[in-house]
Amino acid sequence: MRSMRAAAAAALIVSLTACGGATSGAGEDEPSSGAKGTVNLAINPWVGYEANAAVIAYLLEKKMGYTVEKKELKEEIAWQGFETGEVDAIVENWGHPDLKKTYIEDKKVAVEVGPTGNQGVIGWYVPEWMTQQYPDITDYKSLNKYANLFKTSESKGKGQFLAGDPSFVTNDEALVTNLKLNYTVVYSGSEAAIIKAAQQATAQKKPLLFYFYEPQWLFAQEKYVRVKLPAYSEGCDADLKKVACDYPDYVLDKIASKKFADTGGAAYQFIKNFTWTNDDQNLVSDYLTNQGMSADQAAEKWVNEHEATWKPWIPA
Amino acid sequence: MTATSPPAVLRVTAAALVDATRRRGFWTRTVAAVLIVATVVAYLIFRTDGAADSDDAAAFRFFDSVRDWVDANRDTSPFFLYGVNYVRLGVRLLVDAVQAVLLGLGFAGLVAAVSAIGLVFAGWRTGLLAFGGFLAFGVLGLWEQSVDTLVLTVSAVLLSVLIGVPLGVLAARVRWVGATLRPVLDVMQIMPTFAYLAPMTLLFLIGEPAAVIATMIYAVPATIRITALGISEVPPTAVEAATALGSTRWQLLSKVRLPMARTTIVLAVNQTIMLALSMVVITALIDAPGLGQNIVNALQRVNVGAAFDAGVAIVILAVVLDRITTNAARRTRVHQNRRRRAIVAGGAIVAVIAAALITINPDRLPGYTFAEPVNDLVGWIELHWYDVTEGLKNGISAGILDPLETVLVTTPWWLFVLVVAAFGTLVSGWRAAGLAALAAAGIAGLGLWQHSMQTLATVLVAIALTMVIGVATGAFCARHDRLATAIRPVLDAAQTMPSFVYLLPAVALFGASRFTAIVAAVIFAVPPVVRLVERGLRDVPATVVEAATSAGSTPRQLLWKVQLPMARGGLLLAANQGIVMVLAMVVVGGLVGAGALGYDVVAGFSQRELFGEGLAAGLAIVLLGILLDRLTQGFHDSKGPRR
Repeated sequence: MRSMRAAAAAALIVSLTACGGATSGAGEDEPSSGAKGTVNLAINPWVGYEANAAVIAYLLEKKMGYTVEKKELKEEIAWQGFETGEVDAIVENWGHPDLKKTYIEDKKVAVEVGPTGNQGVIGWYVPEWMTQQYPDITDYKSLNKYANLFKTSESKGKGQFLAGDPSFVTNDEALVTNLKLNYTVVYSGSEAAIIKAAQQATAQKKPLLFYFYEPQWLFAQEKYVRVKLPAYSEGCDADLKKVACDYPDYVLDKIASKKFADTGGAAYQFIKNFTWTNDDQNLVSDYLTNQGMSADQAAEKWVNEHEATWKPWIPA
Repeated sequence: MTATSPPAVLRVTAAALVDATRRRGFWTRTVAAVLIVATVVAYLIFRTDGAADSDDAAAFRFFDSVRDWVDANRDTSPFFLYGVNYVRLGVRLLVDAVQAVLLGLGFAGLVAAVSAIGLVFAGWRTGLLAFGGFLAFGVLGLWEQSVDTLVLTVSAVLLSVLIGVPLGVLAARVRWVGATLRPVLDVMQIMPTFAYLAPMTLLFLIGEPAAVIATMIYAVPATIRITALGISEVPPTAVEAATALGSTRWQLLSKVRLPMARTTIVLAVNQTIMLALSMVVITALIDAPGLGQNIVNALQRVNVGAAFDAGVAIVILAVVLDRITTNAARRTRVHQNRRRRAIVAGGAIVAVIAAALITINPDRLPGYTFAEPVNDLVGWIELHWYDVTEGLKNGISAGILDPLETVLVTTPWWLFVLVVAAFGTLVSGWRAAGLAALAAAGIAGLGLWQHSMQTLATVLVAIALTMVIGVATGAFCARHDRLATAIRPVLDAAQTMPSFVYLLPAVALFGASRFTAIVAAVIFAVPPVVRLVERGLRDVPATVVEAATSAGSTPRQLLWKVQLPMARGGLLLAANQGIVMVLAMVVVGGLVGAGALGYDVVAGFSQRELFGEGLAAGLAIVLLGILLDRLTQGFHDSKGPRR
């Protein structure tokens, strides 16, 4: 397989020299044309995404006979992969209108493949115990009053707002500035780090104001309350530097590379058919995070128990 | 002559030495004192309120426009069509070829092949080590990832040797080539790995080719430098003799210089492999497959145990490759029985072919993972040491880091440049100072002043801690031989771990903060500092130590008044090495909440609209590296034992 590829690439280099120049994607794997090829799935760094990918990969491999390559990539880097052919599909995309414009409209290397069925919510949260002790804390206008509670070694004398991975969709720094909040945005670096901080905040009754989102397995175990920011209205987040409103609700969707859409056959059709609920995702995420299962084990357990859900995804 | 007279003579020379240093030190000290007072006064008069960096500096817009141009012209501009894209394609072919060979061998075949290479080139012990090591990848359940990492490392090393050895020969033989290359290599070596990932993806997109090229850039300076050293060390008598016998220039090179420098060139390859391996892991951030992916994954899940397995696999790979090349280098010196060697090699090839025909599924091997015990331990520490770790973090952050950061951030940039120039001239000469001051001015020009000063503050605190721990451990090791022997393998292992593995234990203990980056940086930089300090102290002549002891010094006096001052050269070299490593690590700390420049770089390659700022931050890091390196290297050169 590999040596065939090398030979094909060598032939390619000869033909390219003949007709002049190499394009940026030259020599990359051709996407899975024909029956049983390889599907390259991007894995974005949060567990909900992994749940989608785990089930999709499991069904592609075990029920449809494909090989799946998983690639740990941050959101925007995964989009770059559509251009090079390194990535065939992203299976939980949060909005990203700017990327859609660049890669789908301008460069025409990617296509939308429809919603995953999950509803996405992004917001600012505090642990539930804080709302009992400070009832008005869920209104952003009173956040400045409580800034002192949230001070940490990293917050430069202001309150700390704990954000996640720098690659996540966020307007937090703009929100802090534009709502004139006396807070500093500190990036914890990952979803796992936010979850850890949130669990500590509940267990040890430590104040914490943080960036979080649904679908999210943690909400099934502990209660966190969303802080009310000025309501979202269409277009209020158009200029990323002037955002002063809450996050919109997201219809999470799937994106595939143009090549995969054209030549992916049954694998592409299957990913297109994939749709499930937040509860489904949270269940698999819980298997992954708290039951110590690997992606394949978690997917196997879910697949065995939910045949009615996944049967219709598999193209006839 | 009585037995006491040699020490007496030495005592006199020592006294004279001290006296000379004192006289020279007097002027320097006066000037330094005046400068310090002037700096403090200027700071008090001119300090600013440390305004935050704008997110729309001219430099960011410039880099954004470069990005947009590249994006628009990637498949049309001749620069890409006939240049960059061919490079990418060529590297892709190389990686595919290496991969085809390694995967073609299969599990049994590759284990046999590596063991055979170890056996033939480095002896049976190394062969056995290679055999056990590669089997361990299967046992850890990391076979595929390990092979992927090996493929990328081998590809990058092949490229480095292909480019580096000829350049090294040229640098040694042609004076202007050597002179031009030297500053370029200097910059390449102090450039933190993290800073050039974004430019790589801009030119070569993501994936294996970009990863291999980034790795090559990191590793090739060592190839060039050590090769050049080997060639220039060939004894002139041998060259003269060959010339007298009528050798042509080409014969001189291929029959005399290269063979005589062979041992050094193998060492160059050894260093190249080690550097490449540590970089390959970091390129997981731009979609390189292999063990790096496991570590990135573990970092995102704060799963120390999972990273531990991958870390162990990396150390094993490093140790196997290191032993094979080091012992091969040693063996090139001894004349071997050619016939015996040919027989062994022939036998080995047959064995490898036979093994390649066997298919063993590495997944079937009995598995073992360190994940659970390690995670249990981490959990226990988190639970029981929470107050200690929290207190330490808050104490150092509030007590040292914040005040230092405030002072640096509120210093106006021109004052900082002046101070660098003035103190630089004093300690390292005007040339190094000029370069350092230029670098400082460049940072201001990039529009990232506040972030750069925050990063600098973190680096300074980390280097101070590193030196305290490193010098103490080094001094201790220099006095206790048994301890030194016990600690050496630990230092070896620590130095082969790629920097970013160290983030994990630090994150687990200290959460997301600047202090986490400091801890990781200290763990990363202490081993080489310990080594250099120990060597420096051990190099202090025994006669001097004897003289001081016979003059009635207590062990403490001996250390503080004699050994440490005389080992100053070694200490300053250690500081220079340490500071470059600390900077590299503090920046990687951007992944775990250390903020400032490191965060800008991470955000730059993960958010499209921040690309320009990220690239500018990468450049600021390089400038900061040049600044720190020039100041400390100059320090070492001008005051080292050479004078």
